[in-house]
Amino acid sequence: MVEARIVIIGAGPAGMKAALSLVEAGHRPVVIDEAQRSGGQVYRRPSPAAERSPRALYGFEAARAQRLHQGFDAIADFIDYYPETLIWNAEGRTLDLLYNGQNQRIAWSHLILATGAMDRIIPVSGWTLPGAYTLGAAQIALKAQAVGIGQSVVFFGTGPLLYLVAYQYAKAGITVKAVLDVSAFRQSVVALPQLLTGGRTFAKGLFFLAWLRARRIPVLRGITPVEIVAGTDQAVAGITIRTAGGKLRHFDCSGVGFGYGLRSETQIADLLELEFAFEHNHRQWLPVSDDNGRASTCGVYLAGDGAGILGADAAELTGRRAALVLRFDLGETELAAEIDTLSARLNAMRPFRHALDHVAFAFPERLARNVPDDVIICRCEGLRAANIRQMARDTEEIDLNRIKAFTRLGMGRCQGRVCVAAATAVLAGAATDMSSTGRYRCQAPVKPVPLRAFLGGCDEQV
Amino acid sequence: MNRFDVAIIGGGLAGCSAAFHLSKRGASVALLERGRCGAQASGVNFGGVRRQGRHPAELGIAQRSHALWKDLARLIGTDGEFRTTGHLKLARSPDEMADLEAYRETARTFDLELELLDTKSLRARYPYLGQAAQGGSFCPGDGQANPRIVAPAFSRAARALGATVLENTEVVHGRRDDGDFRLELASGQNIRARRLLNMAGAWGARIAAWFGDIVQEGVMAPNMCVTEPLPQFIGPALGVCGGDVYIRQVPQGSVIFGAGYGLADRDRVFARPLADVTAAGARLAVSIIPRLADALLVRTWTGIEGTMPDGIPVMGPSPSTEGLFHAFGFTGHGFQLGPAAGAVMAELALDGETPTEIGALAFTRFNRSSTATRTGC
Repeated sequence: MVEARIVIIGAGPAGMKAALSLVEAGHRPVVIDEAQRSGGQVYRRPSPAAERSPRALYGFEAARAQRLHQGFDAIADFIDYYPETLIWNAEGRTLDLLYNGQNQRIAWSHLILATGAMDRIIPVSGWTLPGAYTLGAAQIALKAQAVGIGQSVVFFGTGPLLYLVAYQYAKAGITVKAVLDVSAFRQSVVALPQLLTGGRTFAKGLFFLAWLRARRIPVLRGITPVEIVAGTDQAVAGITIRTAGGKLRHFDCSGVGFGYGLRSETQIADLLELEFAFEHNHRQWLPVSDDNGRASTCGVYLAGDGAGILGADAAELTGRRAALVLRFDLGETELAAEIDTLSARLNAMRPFRHALDHVAFAFPERLARNVPDDVIICRCEGLRAANIRQMARDTEEIDLNRIKAFTRLGMGRCQGRVCVAAATAVLAGAATDMSSTGRYRCQAPVKPVPLRAFLGGCDEQV
Repeated sequence: MNRFDVAIIGGGLAGCSAAFHLSKRGASVALLERGRCGAQASGVNFGGVRRQGRHPAELGIAQRSHALWKDLARLIGTDGEFRTTGHLKLARSPDEMADLEAYRETARTFDLELELLDTKSLRARYPYLGQAAQGGSFCPGDGQANPRIVAPAFSRAARALGATVLENTEVVHGRRDDGDFRLELASGQNIRARRLLNMAGAWGARIAAWFGDIVQEGVMAPNMCVTEPLPQFIGPALGVCGGDVYIRQVPQGSVIFGAGYGLADRDRVFARPLADVTAAGARLAVSIIPRLADALLVRTWTGIEGTMPDGIPVMGPSPSTEGLFHAFGFTGHGFQLGPAAGAVMAELALDGETPTEIGALAFTRFNRSSTATRTGC
C-alpha cells in the first residue's frame, strides 16, 4: 500500500479552500471530486463546449467564483486532483474509488469531508414526469450545459435557491412563467430582524425578487402545489396550485423545477462509521463534530454544506478552517487564533441562516407529512405514500430501515438519496419527533458502480 | 405476567417460527430478541431456499421445511415471495461434475428429483451462462424467497396467536433452579419459563455456556451484492460446487449475488461488507454470467451468522440441563431450514421429541470431540 495521504473529498468552495490552505503550508493534498471540473454545485464550471462568461454563469458571485477558480487552478501542480471520480466506499482509513472506469483504493492519513448537498424534495402528483427537475438539476443544466429544462418554466417550492434559479433562467432568456413559494410573506416579516444580519446575502435576495417582479414574472407566496400536469406526450405541460387565498390556479409550462432547501450528503461519513446525531435545525442526521469541525474519528474534518447547510460563503470558511485545524493537529499550534476567528465568524452567520432556512423559507412540514396517498415517494421501486403508510400500519413500524426492508423503499439506483427525506416525513406522520424514524443507513456503493469496474483484476493504488 | 411455558432466546427466523408453532399449540411463549426480529442472518441472507447440496444430516429437516415454505401464505399470511424457480448447481470441472453425480446418489432417498445436465444441455437451456460452467444439477422443487420479510412475518403471526414478542430485549444471564428457567434481562427484569429454547444464532454458544454446554462457535458475515433491476433472464437460483459464489434474480429484476465474507464483529453486533470482497465477488459473478459486467452494483450488505466447526447446526436437547434445547450455529443454512427448525423445537419443548430426524445434529457430537481434544493434549 502506498503512503497514506491527506485527502479532500469534494472540489466545491469548501474543498477548494481547504486545498489552498494546505498547499500554503507545503502539503500536497489529494482532491477527489465527482464533477468534471472544480467548483461544486454553486460555482460549477461549464463543460468546455458550453463556455459562458463568469458574469453570465454566476451573476453577483462572478468575482468570488473567479477568485476561487483561479486560486484552485493556480495550485494544480501542487495537488493530486482526481475529477470525475466517485468515492463509492470508505472502509477504515481507505477510500474505494471509481476512477477511469476502474475500481481503485487510496489510503488517507487525514480526511477533509466536503461532500456538499443536494435538493430536498417533497413529492407532488406528477413529479416523476419528464420535464420535472429539482431546482439544483435545473441550475446544473444551465451552468454545465447552457440549456434550460424547458422553453417556458415554472419554479416552485421554497428557499433562496428558488429565486436564484428563477433569476438565472430569466437572465438567460428562458421564459419563467411563475415563481411559486410555499412560504408565506409573513414568515419573511417575522424573520426580518435576523435576515437583516445577512447583509450582502440578504440584499441579493431582495434584488432577485425585485428583478423578477420588475419583469412582471408572477411571484406568489403561501401557495400549495396540487399537481404537475402531463400533456398528451406524457411530459410536463403545466402545474396546478392552490393560492394563499385558496383558489386553484394553473400555469402552462414545459418544465418545472422544484425544491425545498438542501440536505447534506452524508453517505461517506456514514461508511466511515462517524458518530451521528439528529440535528433538529437541519432536519436530518449529521456527523457530529467539535467546535472546530473535527469529526468523531481522529483525523477526519468536516467542511461545507455536507456537515449541515450554511451556504457557499460559510463553506469557504469551514473549508479553510478544516485545513487550518488539520495543520494545527500536525503541529502548527500558532494557527489557534486564526481558527478561533474563523469559528467566531461562522457562529455569527448562524442567526441569519436560521432565519432564512427555518423561518422565512421554513421546510413545509405539514405538506411533507401529508403527501397524498396516490403520490409516488420512491420512484425506483414505484412506491406510493399509501404503500408506506399501509406497511407502517400493518407492521406497527415507523423505523425507516425496517420499512425499507419490508417495502424496498430506497433500494433503487438513488439508494434513498432522493426519497428518504420525504419518506421520513410521511412515516413520522403525526409523530412530533422526526428522529423517531431512525437513521437510514448508507450501504456501499454510495452511487452505482458497473461490475466491469472490478474486472481489471488488480485493484491498483491511485 | 412474566412466567411462560416456553421462553425463546433469539428472534431469527427459526426462533420466530418456534414462537409461532408453540403459540399455535396453545403454549404461553416469550420470544426475547436483543434487537429486531430477523435483523441479522435471517433477514440479510441470500434468500436461497434449497435442499440440493444440503448435508445428509440436514436433509430430513430440509424436506420438512420445504413443505412449510410452500404453505407459508396460509400459515403466516404472506408467501415471503417464495418462488419455486428451481436450484441449479454448476460444475466448473469434470471433478465437480462427478461430485454432482455422487450427491444425487447420496440424496436419492430424499426424492429431490435432481436432473444432471451436461455442457451441451446446460448451454441450450441457460444460454446466458459463461464458459466457466461445464455442467450442472437441477433441483426443480427448490426456490428462493425474500429474507427481509419472512422472520418478521412469523413473529407477527406468533404475536397474533398470543405469543409475547419482546424486541430490543437482551437477556444478560440465565439459570435453572427449582425446575424453572430464570432469565435476567438487561432492563433488570426477570422472565421465568418451564422450558428454554436457545435459538440465538451466532450468540448461541454463549448462552449454552451459561448452562455448562460448551462448544466453539465461529462467526461469518456473507458478503452480499445486488444490481439494478434487469429484465428477467436467469430463472433458477444458481450455485456452484464449492459454494464460492451464488446468484439469483428477484421478481423485481435485481440480480443478487453473494461471494466471500465481510467483517463480522460479534461483540459490537456489527457487520459490514468489504470492498475487496465485493470486487472479488463481482469477478466471480461475471465469470458465471458474463453479461452482468454491464450491470450496475447498487448496494452491498451483510449480517452476522454463527458457524459450527463441522458446518452443520446444533439442534436438540442440552446434554446438561433438562428442559433446555439448543438450535444455533446454522452456518448459512438457516433460511431454508428455519421454518421447520422452529416446528421441531416447538415439538421438543412440548413433547420432548420430534418425528423429524435430527439425531446427527445433536449437541453431544461436540462433547465427544472436545473430550478427545483434551485427552490428546
